[in-house]
Amino acid sequence: MSRSRPGLGRRPARPILAVMESDGELVLRLRSGDERAFIGLVERYNEPMLRLATSFVPSRAIAEEVVQDTWLAVLRGIGGFEGRSSLKTWLFSILANQARKTGTREHRSIPVADPEPVVDPSRFDASGGWADPPGHWIEVAEGRMEAGKLAYRIRVWIDELPARQREVVLLRDVEGMSSEEVCAVLALSDGNQRVLLHRGRSRLRQMFEDEFREVR
Amino acid sequence: MRLLRGRDLVCQQAVELVTDYLEGTLSRSARRRFEAHLANCPHCTEYLAQMRETISLTGRLAPEDLTPQLRDEFVDLYRRWQSEQQ
Repeated sequence: MSRSRPGLGRRPARPILAVMESDGELVLRLRSGDERAFIGLVERYNEPMLRLATSFVPSRAIAEEVVQDTWLAVLRGIGGFEGRSSLKTWLFSILANQARKTGTREHRSIPVADPEPVVDPSRFDASGGWADPPGHWIEVAEGRMEAGKLAYRIRVWIDELPARQREVVLLRDVEGMSSEEVCAVLALSDGNQRVLLHRGRSRLRQMFEDEFREVR
Repeated sequence: MRLLRGRDLVCQQAVELVTDYLEGTLSRSARRRFEAHLANCPHCTEYLAQMRETISLTGRLAPEDLTPQLRDEFVDLYRRWQSEQQ
């Protein structure tokens, strides 16, 4: 690699802002054989891919293999990536396919018809109004987040979600992908995607309330 | 949403509609009923704000830094792959 780009290692460090290149720029540079572009993509997506893969397959070891196979498939396929989908969608779709190839990806049913409520029914009175209304937590949570003391907890809560809810929350809310993109990656109907998103987000909201209600 | 037609929403129903509301997938009449409920219900208004905050906080998670060891492994992976291409 460094043969084609002599002096690469001696380049002065670039300012932080310039380091945040767009996915598109990294793809272009990777296509031209730039090792640092590859590492840039790995820095951006390896951990999110590992989290998703861990949800797809039964063990961390298999998940790590799936992610590594995904990166190799990315290197093989980057020349043919046409940018019709976003890079994220392309990467996570390859990941999902690699996970399916292991044959260990569980076929979990999606309880769409399951009427299980997202808020404990005991919090409502007989007429369906709040008996135990939501406690305030937004300001406290914001303060904790700004102090860098909340992100780790949120990660733990996401890990505790049921697998399919976790997958949708990771892609929609952590990665910021659209519902169409998430449906494509996870092979979900739009309705099922929304049910899983609703349950996952509602559970997380409850986690915040449980966490900060005690502080008040 | 058919079941809700012609009736006022109660809180227990409203919390189940929050995601459909935020996703913009409620019918026009269901959206009107939802918003009419919010206008008279500070608790459900707070609940909706908390769902938005949940989405906002979750969206601010950044990937953890690559460990130097893992970084080296990926550099090796890339160089192995490149040498196989030649």
